Amino acid sequence: MACERFPGGLGREELDAFIDGELAVETRREFEAHLRACTSCAADIANRVQLKSVVKRAGRRFVPSADFRRKIENQVLPRKRTWSAAWIPAVAAAAVILFAAAWIAGRWTSGSQAAIGELVDLHIATLASANPVDVVSTDLHTVKPWFEGKLPFAVNVPDLKNTPFTLIGGRVTYLEQKPGAGLLFQYRKHRLSAFVFQDRLKWKNVSTTGTPVRHASFWVETWSTGGLRYFVMGDTSVANVEQLSDLMKRAASAQ
Amino acid sequence: MVIPFRKTKGRTQPGDEFAELVLPLFDSLYNFACWLAHDRVEAEDLVQEAYAKALKGFSSFQSGTNLRAWIFRILRNTFLNSRTGLAASQTIALEDEEALAKVPAAVTRETPETILFEQVNRDVIQGAIEKLAVPFREVLLLADVEEMPYREIAEVLAIPVGTVMSRLARARRVLRGELQDKVVRA
Repeated sequence: MACERFPGGLGREELDAFIDGELAVETRREFEAHLRACTSCAADIANRVQLKSVVKRAGRRFVPSADFRRKIENQVLPRKRTWSAAWIPAVAAAAVILFAAAWIAGRWTSGSQAAIGELVDLHIATLASANPVDVVSTDLHTVKPWFEGKLPFAVNVPDLKNTPFTLIGGRVTYLEQKPGAGLLFQYRKHRLSAFVFQDRLKWKNVSTTGTPVRHASFWVETWSTGGLRYFVMGDTSVANVEQLSDLMKRAASAQ
Repeated sequence: MVIPFRKTKGRTQPGDEFAELVLPLFDSLYNFACWLAHDRVEAEDLVQEAYAKALKGFSSFQSGTNLRAWIFRILRNTFLNSRTGLAASQTIALEDEEALAKVPAAVTRETPETILFEQVNRDVIQGAIEKLAVPFREVLLLADVEEMPYREIAEVLAIPVGTVMSRLARARRVLRGELQDKVVRA
């Protein structure tokens, strides 16, 4: 029977309301205080809570199938717009154009990146070498003739008077079994490379704007002139790379 | 395994709001429909019909009001108007609400000895819930499984809160008695 120790007693509905959190605040507080002292009521409430808990678990019994879920989803989700047949050729054409543009851009980017990457690798290999140059000279008139007979083109070495750069020397280098000139310069404690190769078809998409690009912490400037392809790179500032590039361009045009 | 619905984020069509509000209730609605209909195929029909009705009437639904109660009520009404629902209402003797109301506020506890419900087999509990008449089964499921407040249950079932309380108390008392019998017999 209702607990005589709780003033007014709580009926079955109120006991349920208590476990459902629906009892009036004041009554709940009073009953909570009573529960701390009354083991009989505490046991009754524990029993009700337990029943509620098992009903909750057992009540979650039926799970819809994936097919039915899809069916409802298709029923409820807004339908996609249906396209008129007249739009199909235009959409197809736009798709082809976009695809082609993306493909060309992708090829340009990957081709450009690959070419620059290969030259940066050459520069790094030069820096790592115990003999980075085959002709050691700060004199352009020594280095330039040294290449004669070794390369199928003439290399114009820039005049570095009144510039912050010093020529260390030069070597014949190879890229994909084809020879080219590798010039090594010093700028303070930095070393910069300039590579000259006969221009290749695969480099036709490599930027010729003369603006240095960043690759693996090196600034690289490349351009093509007179059938030759030039690459200048270093880990100095972009301004240094540009300055050395300008010197190389001036020397080439003076050829 | 519960497979989540496709996300509707980013869409701007008018049905987006409806989908985002009602799709999360799908599992609960389906579970509730199965408990009412006792048949998965029929439950699927009920849920599908309820969604169709809700979609149709969504424009008249006032935002800020209880959408869960609204769609559960649609589902329940769909069930009551179904063949199974009509048959159930004819064959099941509904409890006299007035008689229930006469039950004194402070009553004798029908289960002085505590049984450990946690140890009762899940199938036994589900069987006992199934045996409850629809008015008690639905109020119990809405309160304990869906954890709806009394006011929301009252909205779903279109009955006063007091009636929710009395039906729920009755449902639990019957369930407790049923389980006790099973445990004692076992």
